[in-house]
Parts: sequence; structure tokens; C-alpha cells
Amino acid sequence: MSAPLLEVEGLSTTIGAARVVDGVRLELARGETFALLGESGCGKSMTALSLMRLLPPAGRIEAGAVRLDGVDLLRLSEAEMRRVRGARLAMIFQEPQTSLNPVMRIGAQIAEAVRLHAGAAAAVDARVLELLRAVGIPDPERRAREYPHQLSGGMKQRVMIAMALAGDPELLIADEPTTALDVTIQAQVLGLLKTLQQQSGLAVLLITHDLGVVAETAERLAVMYAGEIVETATTAAFFAAPAHPYSRMLLESLPTADKRGARLAAIPGRVPPLDRAFTGCRFVERCPRALARCVEQLPPWHEAGAGHWVRCHLWDADLVDTATVAEPAVAEGEQVPVGEDAAPLLEVADLKVHFPIHRGVLRRVVGQVRAVDGVSLRLRPGRTLALVGESGCGKTTAGKALLQLIAPTAGSIRYQGHELAGLSHRRMRRFRKDLQIIFQDPHASMNPRMLVGDVIGEGLQALGLARTRPERLRRAAELLELVGMPGAAVERYPHEFSGGQRQRICIARALAVDPRVIVCDEPTSALDVSVQAQILNLLKDLQARLGLSYLFITHDLSVVAYLAHEVAVMYLGRVVEQGRVEEVLERPRHPYTRALLSAVPVADPRAERRTLRLEGDMPSPSAPPPGCHFHPRCPEARPECALAYPEGRAVSATHRVHCILVEAEG
Amino acid sequence: MPLMPVVLWTDALLYLLLVLLGGFAWHAARHEHLRAPWRRVARSRIGVVTLVVLGCYLLVAVLDSVHLRLRLADPPGATSAETRYSPEVLSLLDLALDGLRSQSEKTYSAPFATHLYVKEAIELPDGRVLRDYPRLVHGGAHLDDPDARGLDILWRGLLGALLGLALWGAILFALSAALARRRGIAPALMRARIKAGRTEVPWRAALLTLGLILALVGAVALLAGHYHVLGTDKVGEDVLYQALKSVRTGLLIGTLTTLVMLPAALLLGIMAGYFRGWVDDLIQYLYTTLNAIPGVLLIAAAVLMLQVYMSNHAEDFASLVERADLRLLFLCLILGVTSWTGLCRLLRGETLKLRESDYVQAASALGVGHFTIIGRHILPNVMHIVLITLVLDFSGLVLAEAVLSYVNIGVDPTMNSWGNMINGARLELAREPVVWWSLSAAFVFMFTLVLAANLFADVVRDAFDPRLRGAA
Repeated sequence: MSAPLLEVEGLSTTIGAARVVDGVRLELARGETFALLGESGCGKSMTALSLMRLLPPAGRIEAGAVRLDGVDLLRLSEAEMRRVRGARLAMIFQEPQTSLNPVMRIGAQIAEAVRLHAGAAAAVDARVLELLRAVGIPDPERRAREYPHQLSGGMKQRVMIAMALAGDPELLIADEPTTALDVTIQAQVLGLLKTLQQQSGLAVLLITHDLGVVAETAERLAVMYAGEIVETATTAAFFAAPAHPYSRMLLESLPTADKRGARLAAIPGRVPPLDRAFTGCRFVERCPRALARCVEQLPPWHEAGAGHWVRCHLWDADLVDTATVAEPAVAEGEQVPVGEDAAPLLEVADLKVHFPIHRGVLRRVVGQVRAVDGVSLRLRPGRTLALVGESGCGKTTAGKALLQLIAPTAGSIRYQGHELAGLSHRRMRRFRKDLQIIFQDPHASMNPRMLVGDVIGEGLQALGLARTRPERLRRAAELLELVGMPGAAVERYPHEFSGGQRQRICIARALAVDPRVIVCDEPTSALDVSVQAQILNLLKDLQARLGLSYLFITHDLSVVAYLAHEVAVMYLGRVVEQGRVEEVLERPRHPYTRALLSAVPVADPRAERRTLRLEGDMPSPSAPPPGCHFHPRCPEARPECALAYPEGRAVSATHRVHCILVEAEG
Repeated sequence: MPLMPVVLWTDALLYLLLVLLGGFAWHAARHEHLRAPWRRVARSRIGVVTLVVLGCYLLVAVLDSVHLRLRLADPPGATSAETRYSPEVLSLLDLALDGLRSQSEKTYSAPFATHLYVKEAIELPDGRVLRDYPRLVHGGAHLDDPDARGLDILWRGLLGALLGLALWGAILFALSAALARRRGIAPALMRARIKAGRTEVPWRAALLTLGLILALVGAVALLAGHYHVLGTDKVGEDVLYQALKSVRTGLLIGTLTTLVMLPAALLLGIMAGYFRGWVDDLIQYLYTTLNAIPGVLLIAAAVLMLQVYMSNHAEDFASLVERADLRLLFLCLILGVTSWTGLCRLLRGETLKLRESDYVQAASALGVGHFTIIGRHILPNVMHIVLITLVLDFSGLVLAEAVLSYVNIGVDPTMNSWGNMINGARLELAREPVVWWSLSAAFVFMFTLVLAANLFADVVRDAFDPRLRGAA
């Protein structure tokens, strides 16, 4: 084997008092994709920034060596390092929206990068177009003259990649390149990276928290936890038999269809703060199989297989038998078949939410953004209905319109036979008790100036359920216990809690008024996988105990497969397919549902998958395409598709699809 | 009763402001999220130094805001039982500075001078008339040989500074004893810590500033009894006295204006942002229209109208002081009217953002009423903007007063203010030889206040700015 392209040894970085990267060792061969996997706050981004020597002002590289082709980057002067950046080592970031200068044309921004590395000035324009073509941007001559805001998120990320490729680097560091993108766009970008790699022999260091993305793209990987690497292996070996208890629990905490009815293996606790010295294993506090020596002794590296190294005492020669023993089987959750045929609790018919577009001095209405354009749903008691779609499809707007947080333009929302649409703030009040909502971002959904007890007690006070403050605080403490938090938390402020704990508090707030229906607006998408598992378990428990109905708004199909009973897939303001979860996810009939399902990366490298890539982006809801909204992107589109929006066709009693290709049954 | 208290309009408002300030401090002490940024202010060296300076100004202003009328001595042979009070309204500061107030000369005299600044015909005992600089009535009157005043000034200055430092020493001991007691350590240890600068609140910096100020005040206090430290003006009034009296005017303009504009800006800004729709349109049109009127023009028109009113209804005002006070209040009002739009716009923008936040949405989903949401979720979360704006506006308003008085649409000409002093200096600077001390005195006092306020505003803004929080 030839010498590795990149060799990192004993890299340690501190930010202030926190040692965010501690003794990291990596090797990367030419043309290889190496994934650095870990949850937020484990130091993977800081590792990448240390390699580029682009640390924030408080950051310092304490020790180690980063050898690119034998040259130690940490010993170069800043001027020499500048020549390495871009030319040999390039980086793309998570957020394409903020990585481009909004007042410069795309072409000019790429040209800037090209000019730094290419000699001849005349060739710059040609090179820019070549790069844009290489990253698959259609009509590059026109796009080069456009500004970043005229491009979609996926396009921007392609431009970022084009800029990174401008200097013909040997190594591309991709820091969560697809986290901000929708699944269908993510599939496009990952596919692009793969193609580029095959063409130019580029090595890619992929930094991600998404096990699915790793399984699909990487050849080898390293798992980071609390600043150090705990396991390194080939992707195949890792997914076949993860060696470190942390890796194993991460994989087990992924929600999938097979785990329906069972509880997810959530990792208790949180990543320890990095500003203290560790004497033993960093994972010991959360490890279910911790030994006495795990606390006292730093675990050394053990070989768990060919090229498979793990930092865990369980792999000591004398203990190795027990190391492979599987986790105790997770407890079977009780699956309550409630409300299979019960009358729907909430019935939404032809719900429309249009936002007028005003223009000119007189603010005339020149058009409508059809955020939600005729959605019909039924939610039965004790069941979970998942509303699935990519960002901008109107699913969150639909959820808020349901609670009258946004006034619907048309349609009816009937709760237990009462019409909710168009009720005034005052008349709506008696239904507030029954309909509640949980938001996506647990950091933004609580007033930072209120005590947790007051946050939870707010609904009790507003609806007159508990008049005095001591009564409210007592009730709040009970609710906190219900969601698995200590009752003493009522006396503290929200900022003292982690994301997962805050989401529990938000759930407690919603539960305070004893609701029947909770709209969950992406409640786990801002959380790490292990914390997501805790919250999903909690939601499932609460449904079993209290008979709650959830309208679960999400873009994550694996969560849907795990949690939901019924699914409605939304595209551009309309439901294109709905039915029971098995029907929709196992036998999808609409081409969009199929594309969505195939775009989701699966955390299993052996899974044989037909790749069905969608081209282009979702059109704007202010000017939806005529006929079927999906036909411009549909791989199976026919000329008839452009004529009229297809009527709903029943595939079975519970399964309806809006597509002319589907033959109606019965 | 030996005196009759008089409460002027601006006094009452200043008391109200102090009560509000006290109430806010009490409230903030109980809420961690309010206390934390103030703690950051108190831990910054610039923060405490400027606080000490501002505190001294505030003390002067408060002393000058307690007004009263003294009882007149019964004229001999008076029979009526009715007690009579002097028509002159005095403040506690006037009483404290009685010497300075009453010791007026004939006309200009330079700082520490023993002679007038202008030549006069002096009749000698032998009947001859000589044109020379006459001796001052008060300044250096105790000296036999006016040329030897240097030593006298030095001696008195040093003695005063020492007295000031003695007072400072007492304060230092009392403070360290109190701090030591709260922490349960020996006072000597506490003093050592303060000296080494190893306290959380930078007491050393605060005490050094206080020591400097007390030494200066002590020296000036002893000297002022025998000299005109900052000279006298055209009618022979002590300039130091005028400058000190101007402190209240400056502070009142800076603070009362914000007090006046605050309710309008808060109410309208939050309402526009929260309710949107036609409420927003209406409020936006209101403030854009108001913003389009030149501020100086509006102020000039309003002040001139008030002047006409006051000269037509002269009998409504018991004293000159009351009349001047009303004009000051009116100036605050009109400055408030022209300056609320900026804050209102900021608040509208912030409220627009906050009303879409998840916690406001959650509160609406829980059926919380609009006004409760505003009071509970929006108001506390825009308070930092209000605070930063108020502190930043303060120095601008103090300077605005000087400019307005300079163009004669500011405070009443009889009222002491830095603007009036500068206005007067216009002619003095054209004179030969130049009279420089009035202008310099106004400049130094105003400069110190505005500089302290600006530095303090910087500290406050940094402490409340969430983006800087991580870096600190």
C-alpha cells in the first residue's frame, strides 16, 4: 500500500479551558472517503478546522502532527499554509446559505477562487464554466451571472463544491455538507461527490452525524466521542459488528420500521463537558456495561478485527468473550391497538392557507403563495398520523393552521364535530385545552426569562385550570416527573438544560392542559440521534398511557416508519399519497413517495437499493406548475400529467394516491 | 416651621424616576436573567469608574432638586401671627453653596484672581483718582499682599485635599469592614484583597476614582471660601456655582426626555409589531411623518409658543424659578416627541421577530390573551433594547440641550445651564483680553459627564449584547 495522503497523529486542540480534540489519529489514502462520525459537541468540526488551521480565535493546537504527503502542516508558516489551503486541501461547510457572499455574482465568486490558483487570466472564465458544469449545474453561462439568493440550497452547495474544486485539491474536507438539505437534494449532492471522486481521485474527509450518509458514501470511518476517537473500522465491518458500546448504542437508537412496537435503545445522559481532565473512559457515565477499571484507567486501543480498532476495556484479552455478547434485549413496548376504526377525532377537509403577495405603493395583491392548497386529513384517537414532506412543502403551515395559529384561507377543520376554522381568538379558547403543539427547536420554544415552572404553568393559568401559583408549580413538578425530569427543575431557567431536556419540558408544557391531540412539529430534528431516541420513546409511552393522538410533522422517514400509524406525503401544498404506514412505506405508489424513500440513506451498507434520483428542486408555491405539481421532476411523467391535477385514486380502502399512473381499485 | 418645601414639576418627575429606578433595581435583584448583565457591568473596571463619576453628578442633581422657601425673620414690631416665607425658591445645593451664591463681584474676574479683570477709576484716600484693577470684594480679600497668594492657594489646596482624603479613608474602612463582614473574613484581609485588585467587583478602581474626586472636592471646597476658583462672569457671579447648578439641567434633560418618550415608544412600537395589519400601518405612518419634520424646527416652534403663553399669563407663575422650570419640562416633552421614533422603530422590528417565535406561538396555542403575551413574553425580551437605547441617548440629549440653548430655543435664559454658559461665552471670546473661563468650565463639566455616560453606555451595551456574551 502506498503512503497515505493524510496522516494525523496525536492532534490535540483546546478552546479556552476545553480540550475539544484530544489525541486524534487518522490516516487517509488517496481517492478514499473517510467518515468522521459523532454527535454534536464531540469535536469533529474542530478536528476539521484544526487540519485547515482555521480555528476560532480562542482555539489553539496544543500538540500533534498533520502530515499531508509527508509535509507537516502544523509547522508551515501562515503564508505557506495559505498556499496549501484551496490548492491541496479544500473545505465545504454545512450552511450553504451563509457561505456565499450575497452581493457577488456566482461566477465572480468562483473566479476569485480560480484566480488564486490558476496562472493565466484569460482561462478563468472558461474554468469557471467548466467547474459549474462539473458540479452539475444546468445552464452554467446563465447561472454564473446570478446572485446567491436566486439559487436554491442544493444549488448553493454545488457552487460551494465548485469553489472548493477550483484549486484541484487532493483532499476535500466536507463538514456536514448535506445536513441543511432535504433528502432528495442530499441524494443529489452525495451522488455528485461520489462522481467527482471517481473522476479525479479526490480524497474526501466526510464529517457527519448521519449514520445513513456514512453507510452509503464512506469506505472507512472513525467514531468520535467527547474529543477523542473511540473506534475506527471499515464501513462494512463497522455496520456488521460495531465494537464500542457507544457505536453499538448509536446504531440501536436509530428508529426503523423493524423496531416498531419496541423501545429504542436510548443512551442516557449527555456528552460530558470537555473542560475537565479525564482519568478513565469518557463514555463510562453513559455506558451500560462499564467496569470498575473504566473509571480509573484510560482504555488502550484493541484490535477487534482486520483494520478494526476500538478503544474500550471490554476488548481486553481476558474480557473479549463478553465484548461480543449482544445487549440485553430491549423491553417490548405494549402496542395498544386503539382507535383502529374509531370515529376520527380531528377531520381536516380541503384546508387551504394562502399568503397574499403585496406589491407597489398601494400594496395590491399580485399573487398568492399557496403554502397549503387543499389538504384533507383524518386523525383518529390514540393514533399517530405523520405528515411527511421536504422543507417548503407546507407541512408546518398546515400544522399551525390546524391550531388556528395561522388563519386558514379556506376549508374546514372539525374537532369532534365542532368547526374550528374561522373561530375568533376568544371562541377558540375552549378548544385550546384539547389541541396542543410541540415545536422543532427546543432552544427557541421557551421564553428565556421565565422559570420552567411558569413556562409549564402558563397554560394552566391561561385556561383557568389552576388559579394559584403554588398549585401550578405543584402540577408542573408532577408533569416534569411524567416526562422523566426531576420535579425540582421548576425553580430553574430553561437555559440550564440541554436540548433533549428542554424538549421534555416543552412536552410537559403541552401536556399540562391535558390535551387529546398534539401537533408535533419536527420535535426531534434538532436533536442528536441518541437524544432523539429518548424523545421518541417518551412520546410513544405517553401515547400508550394517555391515549394521545399525534399529528407528527417530519421530513425523516425512518422516524415515520418507527412511530406513525398513518402517513400523508405532502408535495407543494398538497397531499400526494396517504394511507397506513405499511402501505405507503412498503408499497409506495406515487413516484414522489418512491423517490423520497429511495433518497433516504440507510444505515446498512449491505442494503441493495434502487437509486431513484430526482433532478431539480421543488418549484415555488407561488407559481406551481400546471397539472400535477410533481410532473416537471417526475421520472415517469407523461404529457397528460401537465393538463390537470390528478384526482385522488383509492388503491385500497385506506390508501389514496394522486397520480394518473395509478389504477384505481374498487 | 422654619421652611416651606416647594415641589417643582421637574422635581416630582425626577423623584418618580428615582423611585422607578429603585423599583427596577429591586426587581432585577430577584431575577437572575436581569441580574446577570448588571453583574457584568459591575465587574468591568470602566463600568464602576464611570458609575462613581455619574453618581457624583447624580448627587449634585438630586441635592439641587429639593426645593424650599426659607422663613423670613419677623420684622421688628410685626404683630400678625402669620409666618412669612421668602419669595426666593432655593434648593439644598443653594444652601450648601450659600457662600458661592452670595459672594458676587462687580464683573469679570479670572480664576483665583484678587483683582477685577477690568480697570476702573479708583478713588485713593488722598483724593486722587487712579485707573487700575480694583481689589475683589471676596476673592482673596483676606490677603494683605495679593502677590503672595500662590503659597496661600497651595496650602489651602493641600489642606482641603488632605481633608478629602481623610473622608475617603473613613469610607474605605467602612466599606471594607462591610464587605469583610458579608464574606466572613477579617477586614484587614479584605483591604489587602482590594489593594491587590483581587476582588470580583473592581473595588480598587472605584475607590481610586472616589479618592481622586474627594481630594479634588476637598481642595476646591476650602479654596472656594476665599477665592473664585473658576472666576466670575459678567455680573460677577461665581462660575463654579453656575457650572454646578447646570448639572441638574443637563441630567434632567437627559433623563426626563427618555421618561417622557418611553411609554409612547414602548406602547406603539410593540403594538405595531405585534398586531401588524392596519395598526402597524397607522403607527408606521405616524412615526414616518413625525420623522420627516425637522426636529429643530418643531422645537423652536413649540418653545416660542410657550414663551408667548408665559408672557401673556405672567401672573400664573409664583416665581421666576417656577417659570423656568415649566420651560425646562416643556423642552423635555418636545425633545421626547421628536426622539421616540428611533426606539419605536427598533421595538417594532424586534417584536415582529418575537411574535413569530415558538414560545409566543406556544402561548397562543395555550389560549393566553394578547395583552398577557405582550406583557409576559414580548416586553421582558425587548427590555435590553430599551435600556441600551436610553443609555446611548442620554449623552446625545445633554449635548442637544447645549446646542438648543445656544440658538436661544433651549432652557429659560435665567436658568443655569451649560448651554446658556456657552451662549454667553460667545461675546466673551470676542472681547480683548479674552474671557475664557466660563466656556472652559462648561466644557469641562459637560465633557466629563458625556464621556462618563458614553463609556458607561458602551459597557452596558456589551453586557446586554447576547452576541458578545460568549466572548467575555
